[in-house]
Amino acid sequence: MKLQRKNGLRAAALGALVVSGALVLTACGSDDNASGGDGGGTKPSASSNIDCGDAKGQLRASGSSAQKNAMDLWVKNYMAACPGVQINYNSSSSGEGIVAFNQGTVGFAGSDSALKPEEVADSKKTCQSGQGINLPMVGGPIAIGFHLEGVDKLTLDAPTLAKIFDSKIKKWNDPAIAKLNEGVKLPDTAVQAFHRSEDSGTTQNLGKYLNAAAPDAWKYEPEKAWPAPGGQAASGSSGVAAQVKQVDGAIGYFELSYAKSQGITTVDIDTGGSAPVKATSENASKAIAAAQIKGQGKDLALGLDYATKADGAYPVVLVTYEVVCDKGNKPETLSAVKSFLGYTASEDGQKILTEAGYAPIPAEINTKVRETVKGLS
Amino acid sequence: MASTTPADTPPAPPVPGPGSRSTGRLGDKVFLGLSKGSGILLLVIMASIAVFLSYRSVIALSDNEGNFLTTFEWNTAGDPPVFGIAVLLFGTVVSSIVAMVIAVPIAVGIALFISHYAPRRVAAPLAYVVDLLAAVPSIIYGIWGALVLVPYLEGLNSWLDEFFGWTYVFEKTEIGIPRSLFTVGILLAIMILPIVTSVSREVFLQVPRMNEEAALALGATRWEVIRLSVLPFGRSGIISASMLGLGRALGETMAVATVLSPNFLVSLHLLNPGGGTFAQNIAAKFGEANEFGRDALIASGLVLFVLTLLVNGAARLIIARRKEYSGANA
Repeated sequence: MKLQRKNGLRAAALGALVVSGALVLTACGSDDNASGGDGGGTKPSASSNIDCGDAKGQLRASGSSAQKNAMDLWVKNYMAACPGVQINYNSSSSGEGIVAFNQGTVGFAGSDSALKPEEVADSKKTCQSGQGINLPMVGGPIAIGFHLEGVDKLTLDAPTLAKIFDSKIKKWNDPAIAKLNEGVKLPDTAVQAFHRSEDSGTTQNLGKYLNAAAPDAWKYEPEKAWPAPGGQAASGSSGVAAQVKQVDGAIGYFELSYAKSQGITTVDIDTGGSAPVKATSENASKAIAAAQIKGQGKDLALGLDYATKADGAYPVVLVTYEVVCDKGNKPETLSAVKSFLGYTASEDGQKILTEAGYAPIPAEINTKVRETVKGLS
Repeated sequence: MASTTPADTPPAPPVPGPGSRSTGRLGDKVFLGLSKGSGILLLVIMASIAVFLSYRSVIALSDNEGNFLTTFEWNTAGDPPVFGIAVLLFGTVVSSIVAMVIAVPIAVGIALFISHYAPRRVAAPLAYVVDLLAAVPSIIYGIWGALVLVPYLEGLNSWLDEFFGWTYVFEKTEIGIPRSLFTVGILLAIMILPIVTSVSREVFLQVPRMNEEAALALGATRWEVIRLSVLPFGRSGIISASMLGLGRALGETMAVATVLSPNFLVSLHLLNPGGGTFAQNIAAKFGEANEFGRDALIASGLVLFVLTLLVNGAARLIIARRKEYSGANA
């Protein structure tokens, strides 16, 4: 007994040593990173059009993981051009970002959907003289991926899609699917529809599309939680994509980048236009171009036209917003917010979105975003 | 380890003996203060956690439009917000029971093999390997479960469905790969195996040598020795080991969240994908939850906290009783 206790003490001492050692090491690590960042600034980068203004210091932001890849690119380019500013975008989730924004711990938040009225009301505490507004910054298609042995091209329309995700269509050779895919030999495989197990803006945006484009077949409110009773779930876009890749007869939804990286075939959408539309960045941009600004005042929240029949417009899209105060932004980060968002909304900033599998915001709306960013106070 | 320290007599202490208490030296006072302080600090932290959890839970519960205990829905962002723990309680308990049914017999078997059958050269490494299972992070179990275990269980599931479908429990009524409560139970069984095994093993090793030798002297075979002396002596130990395992199974988060395909339905068809557990639901919903949603999740966490507390308390109680019993015998 005594012996063991002594060993325990020794182990504890060893543990303490390891922990403190690790602390020292990480402390060194962060120092190195900081100086490394400064070093990067000396090398002039391609993005020389970035206007740093009088921005300096640290800018913390948090929110949607749907725009993570775009943010990563923007932050990298921006920090290379403006070495005085440290931007830290924590891609957690829209919900977390908005909570953090309304608590005043971040300069801006990223969100998959515009602020709700009660969230705007909450934001008035943080933005003392103003309120939270939505700036559409990143667009993108939500790809519908499927895995069906022997089928490498599939066309669906909104009502059929709604019935598939609502477990109303149970077999792949269902007449409703066959009608849209003449000449394709559909197997007698069971349909296994996958959705996100955790709450997600992607789910909500798919729900908005189904609700708007097939109101008779999809009667659920668009919520972040999956509303329909049937189907199977997996966690994260990566989880859904992994299941679709693995399971014969599976269908699921995720950002286009996951379909590309996993080599998953995506569904073409029959919008009622001249030809079925593929899920690509360009086609998503065309659909976003049909959007109307529905926000009041400086709020630029978009009302997307999901039922658009425009040629080549892919209607299952998602727009992520940056949430800031129209007035009453924190003075210590205001110039950094204006400078950074000014860059992301600029031509250069929007151009790199396509590389990352996203879609730029159409010029007309984007012009208003730039004006609004300039006028932030 | 414990097997090598059978000596019950305390070794001669090299430093100030237990007789020389409170010498009035500064070191003693400082040490006393420090240890007392740590003890009090722990209690304060525990109390403030409990107060915080209850406070946040009350906020959520007062605005809940559903019945916290019977509603089969979790929509905290809805208007009005509705949530209930029925599905979570069911899923948590059922998956843990499946885990116990699978893990306890196997764990007792391993423990008996290590303590009574295996030659010492095999026993020590084997015990070590089993303990090593406990060191694997649960997310690794989750990924392994989702990518390897689930596809392989498809065969077992259709076999169970075909031959044991009449039991209702093993009837598979929905299509879908086996991301079910049953699969979660199997995964949890693997995860709680080490703790149940090592506690049982320690108990079996403490069986008084006299009892075993007496049984042997009466002509008992090895199995009869185990049945007559080891198992009766170790019964309460096995129970408390199982309870400790159960405590872990109830609270397991990442592995369940990765493997399960959750929904908000209660079904005793264990092979159907669906169901949910407390910890899995918190992991899945916390990220996108608003303030109210978080309070609601905290309320469900409080229920899990109480459930785990009860299970662990029961385990401690049984262990304490066993100690007295063995102490009286030794």
